Amino acid sequence: METLAFQGLIGLSVAMYLWLLASGLTIVFGVLGVLNFAHGSLFMLGAYFAFTFYGLWGVNFWLAIALSLLSVAVVGYLMERFFLRHIYNQDHAYQLLLTFGFILIFDDAVKMIWGGVAKIPAMPSFFEGTVSVVGRPFPVYNLFIIGAGLFVAVLVWLLFEKTWWGKMVRASASDREMAGAIGINIPTLFTGVFAFGAMLAALGGALGTPVRVVAPGIGAAMIIQAFIITVIGGLGNLKGAFVGALIVGTLSAYGVLLFPVFELFLIFLIMAVVLMIKPQGLFGG
Amino acid sequence: MKTRLAILFLIIFLAVLPAFAGKYLLYVTIHILLLSIFSLGFNLLFGYTGLLSFGQAGFYAVGAYGCAKILLVYPSLLVGILGGVALAGVASLVLGVLCIRHTRIYFSMLTLSFGMMIFSLAWKWRDMTGGDDGLVGIPRAPLEVPGVFKINMAAMESYYYVVLGLSLLAIYLFQRIIRSPLGLTLQGIRDSETRAACVGVSVRKYRLLSFTIAGLYAGLAGALLPPLESTVTPPVAHWSHSAEPVLATLLGGIYTFAGPIVGSVLFYLLKDIIVRFTEYWLICLGVIVVVLVMGFRGGVVSIFLKEGSRR
Repeated sequence: METLAFQGLIGLSVAMYLWLLASGLTIVFGVLGVLNFAHGSLFMLGAYFAFTFYGLWGVNFWLAIALSLLSVAVVGYLMERFFLRHIYNQDHAYQLLLTFGFILIFDDAVKMIWGGVAKIPAMPSFFEGTVSVVGRPFPVYNLFIIGAGLFVAVLVWLLFEKTWWGKMVRASASDREMAGAIGINIPTLFTGVFAFGAMLAALGGALGTPVRVVAPGIGAAMIIQAFIITVIGGLGNLKGAFVGALIVGTLSAYGVLLFPVFELFLIFLIMAVVLMIKPQGLFGG
Repeated sequence: MKTRLAILFLIIFLAVLPAFAGKYLLYVTIHILLLSIFSLGFNLLFGYTGLLSFGQAGFYAVGAYGCAKILLVYPSLLVGILGGVALAGVASLVLGVLCIRHTRIYFSMLTLSFGMMIFSLAWKWRDMTGGDDGLVGIPRAPLEVPGVFKINMAAMESYYYVVLGLSLLAIYLFQRIIRSPLGLTLQGIRDSETRAACVGVSVRKYRLLSFTIAGLYAGLAGALLPPLESTVTPPVAHWSHSAEPVLATLLGGIYTFAGPIVGSVLFYLLKDIIVRFTEYWLICLGVIVVVLVMGFRGGVVSIFLKEGSRR
């Protein structure tokens, strides 16, 4: 029983980490209608920037995270402004292909700048240590990730539900033309949303650095995770992505215990079943 | 007439290639042929039917693992290849029924998830697939019809001719397919699903057919791999391998018959040339992809076609 509860908490921390990864992807799809294949690469860039600022230059951890978010937001801005914006009216396939091209570019660019060897960043001292949960040691860092995930969830909810900008975004997500007709500057808004999505990806990457290796290619691995989560929850559905992250996180935490061989298979099976039965996702309308 | 002559010269060139080419060039040429077959099948689905699949590597892997398994038990090249193709055909027919329920992004995601399921089997089902070590020591068995003939395959040249023959056959059949009523129907569905359905076309049936043919082509490419490399490992099933025919097709041209073949040649040619100057060849490929999507969606072939028609 204790093992189950403890493993559930582990699952929750994995889930919150995955939620940080998937939230930006689903927002961008929901508003812009673009499935950003390079979202995982933006996540990777976030990790690399955070590693550079904190691990190499010795900048304060929180400042390093903030700088990493800003840097990736700039990358996102450039991607949308100069490339994606010009192919919104094309078939979905071309947007997938374009962003796929960016995966290749970012992966090699990272290798050029930081080298092909995986980096292992240091853990800030305040994340070290454990707290006792049901009589077992639980890492402080995982607790922090759970908090950060919930915090971002609330923040994103407030942003979209309570602010003027959020209202404009929701308006243009539901009817692009009409929103434009009543005076919302759609292109600028879309650039903003894409940069915001990139920032959320970077946050996941940057907050992951204390425990995960930073290596080229993690972007390609993470994007598949993000796809699974957003598909289960419904592409473009923020609430769905949160629940999708909970499902995948919990499943992988228990899966390691119960059926280690088929864990990966099972997760893709769930993705496929959801797609076949309810393609709009478990929470799609 | 001009095109026919060019094709004839190309075939003759490929046929005499072993006379002056070294082992490495033959090896690369075999890989180009495999990617061509793989990409042709992919393009039937993408360019001609309008369905972007990110799971073709799964069927490639079924062909490869199937052929490898057979060769390990029963060393006959013909049985191995046919068996691998047949298994890939069955797999794509069964999964096709499920995948073609959707189009657009949902189709891409569905094929991705099925492809990755096959990957996770290849990776984790150790008893069957050898896990992450893969299957090793696969013999390049002789090409044999018992009692009729038996050709030794130990030399790379011999195997090259088998691959060349099968590739030419596959390319010829592909051309027949896209010019047949089937090919035209598929293009009709791509351009307007509603219109096709209105004139009485069973959209699903044709999509399934297209999906299965694409799977067979992927399976053929896959089945030809283990005798060449003598091993098969899980990465052949990974989604990043599914991206290879996507890139090759995009390079050569999506809506053209020759596009995937030209693209496959370019893919290896670019790799070979760029790698001489820098190890970062993927960034160049990425830039090319971005440029193609932004400005030249027809790929290299369409640039030449336009030039030709202008004159």
